[in-house]
Amino acid sequence: MKWIMKAKKERGAKLIVIDPKFSRTAAKADIYAQIRPGTDIAFLGGLIKYIIDNELYFKDYVVNYTDAPFIVVPEFKLPDDLDGVFSGFDPKTKKYDKSTWKFELDENGVPKKDPTLKHPRCVLRLLQRHFARYTPEKVSEITGIPKDKILEIYEIIASTGKPNRVMTECYAMGWTQHTTGVQNIRAMAIIQLLLGNIGMAGGGVNALRGESNVQGSTDHCILFHILPGYLPTPKATDVDLKTYIKNYTPITKEPKSLNWWKHRPKYIVSLLKAFYGNYAKPENEFCYQYLPKRDENKSYAWLNLFDAMYNGEIKGFFAWGQNPACSTANANKVREALAKLDWMVTVNLWDNETASFWKGPGMDPKKIKTEVFFLPCAASVEKEGSITNSGRLAQWRYKAVEPPGECKPDAEIMNELYKRIKALYEKEGGVFPEPILHLNWNYGDEKVDTTIIAKEINGYFTADKVVKGKKFSKGQQVPNFVYLQDDGSTACGNWLYSGSYPEEGNMMARRGKEDPTGLGLYPKWAWCWPLNRRILYNRASVDLYGKPWDPERPVIKWDASKKKWVGDVPDGPQPPLALGGVLPFIMKPLGVGVIFGKGRADGPFPTYYEPVESPLSKNPLYPKYKFNPLAKIFKAKPVDKLAIHDPRYPIVGTTYRVTEHWQTGVMTRHMDWLLELEPQIFVEMSKEFAQEKGIKSGDKVIVKSPRGELWAIAIVTERIKPLKVLGKTVHVVGLPWHFGWQWPKDGSGGDSANLLTPDVGDPNTTIPETKVFMVNIEKA
Amino acid sequence: MINLEILIIYKIFKLAFCSEFFKFIKRDYKLAKYYKNTFKNGGEKMKLTRRDFLKLSISSLVLSSFSLDLSSVKAYAKELRIKNAKEITTVCPYCSVGCSIIVYAKGGKVVATEGDPDSPINEGSLCPKGSSLYQLVNNPYRVLKPLYRAPYSDTWKEVSWDWALDRIAKLVKETRDKYFIHKDEKGRVVNRIEAIAHVGSAALDNEECYILQKLMRALGIVYIEHQARI
Ligand code: SF4
Repeated sequence: MKWIMKAKKERGAKLIVIDPKFSRTAAKADIYAQIRPGTDIAFLGGLIKYIIDNELYFKDYVVNYTDAPFIVVPEFKLPDDLDGVFSGFDPKTKKYDKSTWKFELDENGVPKKDPTLKHPRCVLRLLQRHFARYTPEKVSEITGIPKDKILEIYEIIASTGKPNRVMTECYAMGWTQHTTGVQNIRAMAIIQLLLGNIGMAGGGVNALRGESNVQGSTDHCILFHILPGYLPTPKATDVDLKTYIKNYTPITKEPKSLNWWKHRPKYIVSLLKAFYGNYAKPENEFCYQYLPKRDENKSYAWLNLFDAMYNGEIKGFFAWGQNPACSTANANKVREALAKLDWMVTVNLWDNETASFWKGPGMDPKKIKTEVFFLPCAASVEKEGSITNSGRLAQWRYKAVEPPGECKPDAEIMNELYKRIKALYEKEGGVFPEPILHLNWNYGDEKVDTTIIAKEINGYFTADKVVKGKKFSKGQQVPNFVYLQDDGSTACGNWLYSGSYPEEGNMMARRGKEDPTGLGLYPKWAWCWPLNRRILYNRASVDLYGKPWDPERPVIKWDASKKKWVGDVPDGPQPPLALGGVLPFIMKPLGVGVIFGKGRADGPFPTYYEPVESPLSKNPLYPKYKFNPLAKIFKAKPVDKLAIHDPRYPIVGTTYRVTEHWQTGVMTRHMDWLLELEPQIFVEMSKEFAQEKGIKSGDKVIVKSPRGELWAIAIVTERIKPLKVLGKTVHVVGLPWHFGWQWPKDGSGGDSANLLTPDVGDPNTTIPETKVFMVNIEKA
Repeated sequence: MINLEILIIYKIFKLAFCSEFFKFIKRDYKLAKYYKNTFKNGGEKMKLTRRDFLKLSISSLVLSSFSLDLSSVKAYAKELRIKNAKEITTVCPYCSVGCSIIVYAKGGKVVATEGDPDSPINEGSLCPKGSSLYQLVNNPYRVLKPLYRAPYSDTWKEVSWDWALDRIAKLVKETRDKYFIHKDEKGRVVNRIEAIAHVGSAALDNEECYILQKLMRALGIVYIEHQARI
């Protein structure tokens, strides 16, 4: 916020806040618009229409650096043609056959283009036709934002389509936790591409991540579908390493594309070497078969995991530094699921609703078989290691004190567990013990030295080797991922972090304060992946000759005399595009920013659907499809109830956070200072709604959804107002979700707002739609 | 910053309109502690914070009382708390802005924490959560020994690390050996186990995240998830 205020003061920046409730940030905004939860694509679709209709896009950028001029095959059809779905939709399986989602190719296999952007089937014109029905009037009717305010915001945002103007966009779970979550973000990415705001100083689409290291934990892929560095986890169909490499190494026929993922074989082989050390050899596919292969037709995502647990399919469970009994949509389902486990291991600083679920509300411990372990771990200042912030900046943390009592650093607990499991397999034998016995794991006997792990993540040579004319010897640290090999001569735990701990030392611990570009990039403060590049896709910030679009604030520029780039670490050393260089979007096979997103499960363009639980009976834009037809819905069991259009639940509910608490509150409810500031769950509501219900500020009320209910203290406020949606009044209420029954001990905090939220998920990510659901409220 | 301002305004009003304003330290020890911590946070940057306050239209009476109190707290903290203390830097364990914090330790205890003015990310400022790091480490509610809840029991029981870890290792092995899937119905080698699941954690260090997923994958677990999915 400090930097936003500075931009406002020094550069006259405008702050626009669009949020279902007036927030502390909104208090500082130039424009605030209250939006009905879950209607973002209507708002953003209207903006895309506005930008294209008024030709306010950044034409040179769009023509050269995006797929806007690419021609799509005539068989491709829009929801405009098919009443709300794209071509290829199968109503039975609720899935798309994507065979018509493709470009027309020329004789060299490269997409045909129309640089004049006039061809009716070029991506830009299809996009324009797709959003033609998203008029300001319609957007206003759907979102509840007055038309003049919509146009005022559109005008300001569209004004950044000029080379010397830029917009940055910040979002958090308010955009992701929807059944259209991925498409919300895509809509903004499309806008930023149209306006030429990607790769620029002060541009981009920024996720404001909620956990100190959720960037790092995602990079290291504690997720079912990816291995460290965003390498896909193998499926049963990837029968051997050769097939795996073939399936996941993209090839391109575009001669100007760098197609970075062509290096995938080096990254997966180096990862296998890091996992299995000397056991990983070319003749045994580097132990590829040791990696578990997932069922190609099955999802192992969070909601599926707890569904499987509820069905009794999961016997043992680790909840490591997490409190799913409060953080999961439809939390009652999770709490019941935990009771079906044989055993559970929880690792945390404090007891919590997950660890103690067996004595929670409605539970009878005498009937619950689950064997539960609580392992007390060290806090962040009681151990040493790195964490990565929202800006991909990995910073090192030092140890200040020993952990109290018998608490142990998490790495030590992992080490102990591994050693004991291994010893059991050594002693007793067992099923397929090799991946355990052959694991490359030497991090210390009892105490774990995390720098050894950091070095493994960076990567090292496992044999003497000459790369790019340089000689390296066995055991030497890899300078960065450019030196990784696919022949087994390098081991690397995460190619993205290669360069964070080279021979020179720990780059993440740096504290240099120079800012040579004057843009606030601070290249010697800590270390940023990849290769310490501070702004991704920075080749898009210059024209075809390497001249910055905005000469006042260059991220990089081509020095023609020295034949090199100056400024930030460029996306590749190649010269500018017109001088024989490469296209800017180096991770994409075609080298350009993707507007036509054929990789998405639910359509190449964002399309407006109502939330699964909505106050409307129909989708005002596509009456045939009320909500995302691909939304992941669990409805087999009574516990998965939904209020799709149910008069018993007429009020729109949403959840959010407060500054004084964090996540489920385990790390803040135990702090007396913070608990005093925000002592218990509340529900914010408009004056009009409160009056209708006879509720006063401070009253205890009961909030109910089909899945659960909880008490909350009413806050009657101006911050939320009734909305006019399609001529009718819609009331919205909001609750924070930081509370739980287990602490404060006397129950004075209330319980988790996730008792109310539905376990329905986005078709691409399965992130639950916790930001919109239907409720009712009564006085307690 | 803005959040901190609002928080502080709230506290100022709470104090200013409380009849026993000048006795607040005795009467409300927790609150006083909060002040010490908050305003010490930022170190030299404190001046900036105070300047920001001046921009807010709050009665001068409140401000002057406030400033007086502030300087005494600062002096107190500097003299007694951090004198001869070991100083290390850390990064806030809460949200992902990545604010840097200086931690002072003496006699094996954290005696003070404050926003790190050298960090270009936060330049010494912290929000209420980061400002509370001191209380996170000096916290009476932490669990200090491994706990165990036996099947059908209604209480936790303290156990030794050795016992707990051995028992967990045994359960992991038993479950893995019983439910391991070497080949699927189509005869393809899959080497996975679906009967054990793991979640967490975005609160761990990178190095821990890396070896944690390495361990879980070596066991053959495929239900591996964490906060990023919710
Ligand atoms: S001090 Fe506040 S803003 Fe900074 S990282 Fe911590 S939680 Fe985030």
